[in-house]
Amino acid sequence: MAKKFDIKRFPGFLAITCLCLFLLYTPLLVVMVYSFNDSNSITNWGGLSLRWYEEVFFGVEAPKFKKAAFNSLTIALCAATTATTIALCAAVAILRAGRFRGQGLSFGLINLPLMVPEIVTAVATLIFFSAIGFKAGYATILIAHIVFCIPFAYLPIAARMQGIEGSYEQAAQDLYATRWEAFRLVLLPLMMPGIISGFLLAFIISLDDFIITNFVKGAGIETLPTAIFGSVKQGIKPNIMAISTLLLLVSASFVTLSWFINRKGGENSS
Amino acid sequence: MAGVIQAGGQTKSNTYTGFGPLLLLPSWLIIGFFLLLPVGMMLIYSFLTKEFRGGVIWEFSLAAYDQFLFDRGLFGDDPPKIEWTYIGIFWRSIWQAGLATVLCLLIGFPTAWFIATRSGVNKSIWLFLVTIPYWVNLLIRTISMKFLIRDTGPINEWLMAGGVISEPIHMINTAFAVQLGLFYSYLPFMVLPIYASVERYNFALSEAAADLYASRWTTLRHVILPSVKPGIVAGCILVFVPSLGAFLAPDLLGGAKNFMIGSLIEEQFKGNAGNWPFGAAASMILLSLVLIALMFYARSQRQQGHF
Repeated sequence: MAKKFDIKRFPGFLAITCLCLFLLYTPLLVVMVYSFNDSNSITNWGGLSLRWYEEVFFGVEAPKFKKAAFNSLTIALCAATTATTIALCAAVAILRAGRFRGQGLSFGLINLPLMVPEIVTAVATLIFFSAIGFKAGYATILIAHIVFCIPFAYLPIAARMQGIEGSYEQAAQDLYATRWEAFRLVLLPLMMPGIISGFLLAFIISLDDFIITNFVKGAGIETLPTAIFGSVKQGIKPNIMAISTLLLLVSASFVTLSWFINRKGGENSS
Repeated sequence: MAGVIQAGGQTKSNTYTGFGPLLLLPSWLIIGFFLLLPVGMMLIYSFLTKEFRGGVIWEFSLAAYDQFLFDRGLFGDDPPKIEWTYIGIFWRSIWQAGLATVLCLLIGFPTAWFIATRSGVNKSIWLFLVTIPYWVNLLIRTISMKFLIRDTGPINEWLMAGGVISEPIHMINTAFAVQLGLFYSYLPFMVLPIYASVERYNFALSEAAADLYASRWTTLRHVILPSVKPGIVAGCILVFVPSLGAFLAPDLLGGAKNFMIGSLIEEQFKGNAGNWPFGAAASMILLSLVLIALMFYARSQRQQGHF
């Protein structure tokens, strides 16, 4: 029987998709454009210029933001590396170690940071560190970031591991490879795309975090988001738009990178 | 030779049997010690007495929950009345988060369907376009929204320059701005899980429905929606839960009049004016609401046989 209509098509869905993308991108694009505005006021357009980028790197607030950026980057790097390692171990345990007691519970535990609202995690962590008398600062931020980065690193790693058949390692073991060799020489190289995207996503998540960092950072240390937030409290200044544009580009390029790595990984394994 | 007996091609293999508990140890240590234990401690703190310069006195007290529910007058000796301030803030948060969820679903479902029914490279590109804002810093996205809808912001400027309006529309610091912020923040969270669900949808079902003379919309209601329900529920949870505890959107876009749970909690820990046990109690109540929402989620997933 000839069909009267295309079952996959619904009238108006294309328009709604375009509306969705329009809504998602307009605020970002407007801020990007206005970051090149050569005017002291953020409202009036005064022609194109790079002066606010110059301000970001060499202006009066530059040392503050550079220090905050350094903190953000080093914390993100440490937190993402640690979280990725922990997540990889957990993925091997859950997907490659047969069945054992507590497996389901452990899976829930790994995803727990995703389920507890951020503000609750922030309050709980603050109370905990204050109760045990741990001084708030760089270390508290780093620990808190590792915790909530674990599930984000875990998701792509587990997804990738599920796509790799166990027979590869079995073949290696049949050829007298030890379990460690089967892991290092067979599973690990196959896992690389998943590990890299897990790391990149954990890195971005750590770099982006505001609420938890704001609670556990203590006085005297800032990350980029908390420094930006403090600055915005006194009104949006053009240099904030320049910083925002730069951060936006960093996030976008990381996602693009992760996307290409995943695609390439997908082609190799298929 | 471990693992040889295993049937080949099985994803869930047991090459590393015996190492499971050891490999899970770091996760248990880190998350158990720095998340589970702190949440337990928060529960204890919510039953302690507040100290006036922030922090607590180790003395059991129900004052935090009492303050949340009852008004006992300025000196605490009036007969208790129901205190509506905090219940009101919670109610407003639930309402705002619920509305954001519905709006995200109305825009998100068609988007997810449209993307999932593209073919080849087109699909990847559309999906990629939706994913990028998902990873852009939430603070920056909220600031962008604030910039856009200010009284002297681009939207008002353009509308006035175009002669559509003569006075700027006041949008910032209203409940509308908070709603817009929540919707904008969490929209990608709705699209992605629904997309994943539609990807797994068997289009032969739609074809069967069409062959039996079901119209497009009948098919959508009676065949497609029930099939992709797990994705829809997941998307709703992913929008509702973070919206409920949102801090940035109400704080930056809503101002003092549009307090939500997140701002209420944050205020209890800021400087010396705070009240830690009350903040802990409010956090516990928020966590309970979220757990209830998650239980509904788990139940709907089990009904669908996804467990």
